[in-house]
Amino acid sequence: MKLLSFLRPKSTAPVARDRLQILLAHERLAVGQTDLVSILRQEILATIARHVEFDPEKVKVQLGGAGSMSTLEIDIELPATPMPPADRKDLPPRRFNAA
Amino acid sequence: MGRVVVVTSGKGGVGKTTSTAAIGAALAQTGQYVCVVDFDVGLRNLDLILGAERRVVYDFINVANGEAKLAQALIRDKRVDTLYLLAASQTRDKDALSEEGVARVIGELREMFDWIICDSPAGIERGATLAMRHADQAIVVTNPEVSSVRDSDRIIGLLDSKTLMAERGERMEKHLLLTRFDAGRAARGEMLSVDDVLDILSIPLLGIIPESEDVLRASNLGSPVTINSAVSAPARAYQDACRRLAGEIVPMVIPGQKRPFFARLFGRRAA
Repeated sequence: MKLLSFLRPKSTAPVARDRLQILLAHERLAVGQTDLVSILRQEILATIARHVEFDPEKVKVQLGGAGSMSTLEIDIELPATPMPPADRKDLPPRRFNAA
Repeated sequence: MGRVVVVTSGKGGVGKTTSTAAIGAALAQTGQYVCVVDFDVGLRNLDLILGAERRVVYDFINVANGEAKLAQALIRDKRVDTLYLLAASQTRDKDALSEEGVARVIGELREMFDWIICDSPAGIERGATLAMRHADQAIVVTNPEVSSVRDSDRIIGLLDSKTLMAERGERMEKHLLLTRFDAGRAARGEMLSVDDVLDILSIPLLGIIPESEDVLRASNLGSPVTINSAVSAPARAYQDACRRLAGEIVPMVIPGQKRPFFARLFGRRAA
């Protein structure tokens, strides 16, 4: 059958369906719960920032779920060598060995 | 007390006006009193689709602002005598409709008719939210195409938040009317299938209207397809949709769906 597949046009409806499903999952949340996600994002990031330094651009906070279950997905990319945040004063700054 | 149904979609050009006219006429053909109301102020077209464009003297805005009586503005259809039209104004802008005026007119229409079918303008602005505001039920008209499905999803969100029913904490009944559907293209994977659209929008299906030459032919003549060619595939699909709207259980057939080659060859019906 694969040999003959060039004869018929490629099926595009599954692509349309997948694109819509992904897009609408985002848009439904954006319309309904903008505040909740942004509040969670701010507070979670503030807490983590007290202990680890990270690039705020590389953070993803997402509310999702299907049916009766909701999920909160937090994805933070940490640098390979964690650096102590500058404003952390309760512990002495960590020293790195130059060797 | 009549039922108020809004025909809406978000996206323009998907068949709201055509569907309003076809459903209004099909309901009226069963002897029920139907009023179709055009909410598209400044871009009215329901009058044209119904072939009543030269009979509009007073319009919705005149009645809402108290400049004319409702009975003066209602236009009775020449073919089906239980079908009436309340036209929108062509010369005013969309802010000319006041919320109180609309509420009063809809209240009066409820007393006079069994069905009040509101043809919403495209978009999600004032005209569209006014059209859905007083509805008891909604028909979401969708084409099997990505931009239409996305906009329908948005409109479903508004129906659940911006209507009087939603504000009272009730849940509005929403129905999906899939228009311009081509079963052949869907079977070949070139068009979103009925199941795809239903999965994504998750509201019950009211009907599937096939893409058909009869629809344009009817609008050329200013006659709803359910009057102009009552036995055509789209007219039958609209008639079935009307029966479902009234609460009847009618089996869903996908119009124009071809039976597989071998099933045709052996004269057997595919399962």
